[in-house]
Amino acid sequence: MAGKSSKKAASIDMTAMCDVAFLLLTFFILTATAKIPEALPVDTPSSTVQTKLPESNLATLTIGGKGKVFFDLKGREVRIRTLELMSQKYGVEFTDEEKAKFSLMEGIGVPIGNLKQLIGMKTAERSKAGQPGIPKDSLDNQLTDWVKNARIANNEANNANGSKEELHIAIKGDAKEEYPSIRKVMDILQDQGINSFSLVTGLRGENF
Amino acid sequence: MAELNTGDSGGGKDKKVRSKKQNSKVDLTAMVDLAFLLITFFMLTTTLSKPQAMELGLPDKEKPNEEDQNIKVDENRTMTIMLGDNDKLVRYVGLLATPVAGGAPKDFAYGKEGIRKELLSRKEAVLKYTGDPKKGMIVIIKPGKKSNYRNLVDILDEMAIVDVPTYAIVNDFSPEEIKLLEGNKK
Repeated sequence: MAGKSSKKAASIDMTAMCDVAFLLLTFFILTATAKIPEALPVDTPSSTVQTKLPESNLATLTIGGKGKVFFDLKGREVRIRTLELMSQKYGVEFTDEEKAKFSLMEGIGVPIGNLKQLIGMKTAERSKAGQPGIPKDSLDNQLTDWVKNARIANNEANNANGSKEELHIAIKGDAKEEYPSIRKVMDILQDQGINSFSLVTGLRGENF
Repeated sequence: MAELNTGDSGGGKDKKVRSKKQNSKVDLTAMVDLAFLLITFFMLTTTLSKPQAMELGLPDKEKPNEEDQNIKVDENRTMTIMLGDNDKLVRYVGLLATPVAGGAPKDFAYGKEGIRKELLSRKEAVLKYTGDPKKGMIVIIKPGKKSNYRNLVDILDEMAIVDVPTYAIVNDFSPEEIKLLEGNKK
């Protein structure tokens, strides 16, 4: 009898543990948003500020790799509309399929002429493609147009919903990027009358 | 593993009853293993927190000259911070040619022991000097051509920590300032 009871003690009832594990699993699946691969990975500087970025109405300008600028926009409708406006302006036609694909893509960093080619690539190829950044010289300032058209598209979408929210611009710069290239982007924004924007930063410890 | 099969330790009648009981129990170990594996996977592949962001408002670009002419600022309230390469930071208080007592150009380090101490003590001194909480310290940040983005965010962060009431990013450098920032590098 004694030997039997010691054998019984070795078995643990796993039901509760299983319940907890699946509860946690459900929680994580439901709260998760998949990590979108970044077109241009940057190491953001850290700060003690705790403000969070908004989820929608947001355009992110990523600056890294010696002044390369990448453009990213939230919201599928807004992205499609922005692309339409850009294609009108630069006379580059996109099919509906390409538009749909663009609406799901990560940030882009190519001149508008090469965008068609970029959309045609697979995600893995795209990250290896070595995108040169969006042109932002005074002669060929496509970045200005991207930002401008994104704002127009965002306003159109928001007006349809009855909301008056403006597009929020965030600058996500690499910590090692030299100041002049950051300033160049800020100047482009300021030329459009955008004087207030966010700088994306990482989190720093409390007792910095 | 969870359910050890006790085998044929008992008598024939006993064994029959026990084996019936064991059939109703399912070994959950593998299931738990799988669940935790999936939990780990989801934890690692998701971004739990949204990225942090720092709000930055810049003055309107349109009429810089008018602003310069119209606003006269007491030089006792201003501190100018210049950022150079290799995390160099120079600050002076008042005008460069005639700095306020103890405010001559000096190098500082970033962080708690460096520029923050200076900013805090200056802030108090300015408040004592003006006697008006609305007329606090004014900090002018001048990021040099060689300074990097981290320097800019660091100094803006210091502004937020110290709670400087007014600060501005200015891009003009006088020749003396450039000399100060680049000259004594050795």
